[in-house]
Amino acid sequence: MALYSEKVMDHFRNPRNVGVIEDADGVGQVGNAKCGDIMKMYLKIENDVVTDVKFETFGCGSAIASSSMATELIKGKPVSEVMRLTNKAVAEALDGLPDYKMHCSVLAEEAIKAALDDYYAKTGRTPEQDATGDPAKADGDEEQKGGEE
Amino acid sequence: MKIYADNAATTKLSANALRAMMPYLEEQYGNPSSLNSEGQRAKEAIEGAREKIASLIGAYPREITFTSGGSEADNQAILSAARAGEKAGKKHIVSTAIEHHAVLHTLKKLEKEGFSVTLLDPHENGIVRVPELEAALTPDTCLVTVMTANNEIGTVQPIREIGEICRAKKIPFHTDAVQAVGHLPIDVGADRVDMLSASAHKFHGPKGTGFLYARRGIPLTNLIEGGAQERGRRAGTENVAGIVGMAAALEESAARMPEVAPRLAELRDRLIRGLSEIPHSVLNGDPVKRLPGNVNFCFEGIEGESLLLLLDDRGISASSGSACTSGSLDPSHVLLAIGRVHDVAHGSLRLTLGEDTTTAEVDAIVTAVKEVVAHLRGFSPVWRDLAEGKSKFIL
Ligand SMILES: Cc1ncc(COP(=O)(O)O)c(C=O)c1O
Repeated sequence: MALYSEKVMDHFRNPRNVGVIEDADGVGQVGNAKCGDIMKMYLKIENDVVTDVKFETFGCGSAIASSSMATELIKGKPVSEVMRLTNKAVAEALDGLPDYKMHCSVLAEEAIKAALDDYYAKTGRTPEQDATGDPAKADGDEEQKGGEE
Repeated sequence: MKIYADNAATTKLSANALRAMMPYLEEQYGNPSSLNSEGQRAKEAIEGAREKIASLIGAYPREITFTSGGSEADNQAILSAARAGEKAGKKHIVSTAIEHHAVLHTLKKLEKEGFSVTLLDPHENGIVRVPELEAALTPDTCLVTVMTANNEIGTVQPIREIGEICRAKKIPFHTDAVQAVGHLPIDVGADRVDMLSASAHKFHGPKGTGFLYARRGIPLTNLIEGGAQERGRRAGTENVAGIVGMAAALEESAARMPEVAPRLAELRDRLIRGLSEIPHSVLNGDPVKRLPGNVNFCFEGIEGESLLLLLDDRGISASSGSACTSGSLDPSHVLLAIGRVHDVAHGSLRLTLGEDTTTAEVDAIVTAVKEVVAHLRGFSPVWRDLAEGKSKFIL
């Protein structure tokens, strides 16, 4: 049996959304070089939708594939949905990962959450404001926040 | 194009070895312990193999015990010396930090039994210092075990000097020569070696077969109890075909060595020169005192498994000491022992050439590694930080 599924190999060989976003709204980096895996996610968020996402990864084949797949799963999605992305969803979308590589999908989830945290810290918004996924409410929040400033 | 550059992991079975083995897998299936004529022919075959192997390493036939491979030979050598040491009240062993796990894990087991183990520092070039070894010996030392050549970084240890010191102090000396036998000249007499481990599949013999040389007078404890095979030192019906194939492969490797070794060393140095052109890379292990076919590099800013997989896509089979490939959280203990920090050790690549390797293949490897390293660095956040001066280059 091959080490990885065809899906993993495809995303590893042809990673999607590779690179940086210079004016990103949120940037998150997780992992460390000591353990051999680092993922960095860049998010562009407009009207509570992840309009663009890019990643950089130092790591093994499944780390690169997990980052790539995670970016595909969140691109164009409302923040409310993105914040609920699980590592399981990433692994399943890749047709599974070997048990000892599941931590790569966890890193992908954590990298996205870290980028969202950065986005919230930068904008002063709170995750609760986005949690419902109701754009009308989110718009209202925008106005409210504007009013405060 | 398919380029096999993982000859330290295993080698292709030689056609001659296979031919020598076939009769014992087909019509000559007798049990060497049987007194019938089939059995006696099998017995003759393994005794012929024993004589051949003994003469190729400068030993007497009765000093050769056939085993299931290098790991078993290492285990038996070390445990035998430990049991003999225990009887004499000696429970200290000297070894190195870069031994194969067959040695290190056996030593760990003995430590749990109350033995103390000194692991010598291989220093940055991967070679132990003889004065440090000498200083580590105590009246309590019952074994010195130092590998002849390292499986990852290919460094060759000063075996003869170590052997002379041990012989003078009457301390048993074992060497794991699994990577050296068939690739470097071996003479257990001149090297003052008391025990030596070898494995057939590293020199174009079959897998699952090896031998332990133990000098006359060195007691062996058997790991496997049962029948009286191997003069009571290793029970179990002999792997007749494997043993015959191992002898044929060693004979062939030894005969070809004068021609193959210098040619391989030249290809190795060509590969080292080519890969050295990659910025922020380093050759692991001594540039000269290394196995003729071994090349091992670290490339900063990338991880070894992804490097391996992309090389495999291009038809190049290599290996790495990264954590992802070692099956643990830590990268190779050998790379850590020669002072590579984790970050760098994860980005290691081992290319081990064989007698079929050509110049064109070496050049193709250099081109492919350069491209793959550049590709992976292109989206590595570690590399970006290094390139932008946010963190300091180690290499
Ligand atoms: C240095 C060294 N010792 C021991 C072994 C174990 O040999 P085997 O695979 O025959 O058990 C190997 C190879 O894997 C090796 O390279």
